[in-house]
Amino acid sequence: MGLLALFRRNPPTANVAKERLRIIVAQERSARGGPDYLPLLRRELLEVIKKYVNVDPEAVQVNLEREDGHEVLELSVALPGAKQV
Amino acid sequence: MTEIIVVTSGKGGVGKTTTSASLSCGLARRGKKVAVIDFDIGLRNLDLIMGCERRVVYDFVNVIQGDCTLKQALINDKLIETLYVLAASQTRDKDALSSEGVRRVLDELTADGFDYVICDSPAGIEKGAHLAMYFADRAVVVVNPEVSSVRDSDRILGLLASKTQRAEQGNGGVKEHLLLTRYSPRRVATGEMMSVDDVKEILGLDVIGVVPESTDVLSASNAGVPVILNDASDASRAYDDAVARLLGESLPLRFVDVPKKGFFARMFGG
Repeated sequence: MGLLALFRRNPPTANVAKERLRIIVAQERSARGGPDYLPLLRRELLEVIKKYVNVDPEAVQVNLEREDGHEVLELSVALPGAKQV
Repeated sequence: MTEIIVVTSGKGGVGKTTTSASLSCGLARRGKKVAVIDFDIGLRNLDLIMGCERRVVYDFVNVIQGDCTLKQALINDKLIETLYVLAASQTRDKDALSSEGVRRVLDELTADGFDYVICDSPAGIEKGAHLAMYFADRAVVVVNPEVSSVRDSDRILGLLASKTQRAEQGNGGVKEHLLLTRYSPRRVATGEMMSVDDVKEILGLDVIGVVPESTDVLSASNAGVPVILNDASDASRAYDDAVARLLGESLPLRFVDVPKKGFFARMFGG
């Protein structure tokens, strides 16, 4: 590293990388081991909900949880606030 | 008791073969009887990194298909007496590996009293990678502090937790470790590169080694002498620490902080 290099540093992007990875890894882990129909189910549910409410695709969460012996399909939809409607 | 260790990563080019070569040399140098197997069928490379490419007569697929005995195919390292290399096939298609065949080879190595079998996995998540990890007791997941490598490693961790014999039998699963390569403490200090702790936090695994980015790795592969044997190199010391940790020693991580430079080195590079 010479003198010139001191003046042309790359911008610090490690935090961006970490944040992006944290989100995508969590998302991929939650989908892991679940049935293959979950993504399609999520898409179709979103279509139906969109007929009635204008929701963000990100606002629909479909999770499958296993609790001793039985599975719970959890659907969570964050509806837009009154101001936005 | 033979321990089977898979060196894997998902992503290509992160240092699986370099790591397999150095870990196996390091273990053998400490008196362990070690076999290192190249699972990258069709793209043989471990032999080059180990410097035995001209001594390959029979390969892994030949053994599985019964063209030769395992003893005939194992290449004894020139420098380390207790180290053996089993090369990948260069010509045949990758479907030549079968689960039964791999099991037979591993069983025979166990019967022959090997202490460690290092399985050098191919990149990707296809059959070769699957078979390299299937029989493993432990996994060394090689990762660069870079987004695609970290994501692929997480994918591999998912497979280790489900598509391995230990996972299927439910006896504790495969023991997993992270090994970071191409680490640049200087770039971490300036916020350009994710730190060991960042990667550890995202993947949630213990770190068995951090190998600094080093020009010695290319020189080592040019010469066909695993970098761990270049005692003057930081990469060698980092790999040797990882070997010690594999053997149960607990050592602090080295080469994770920016080396202190003198005034002249700072001004004129060095």
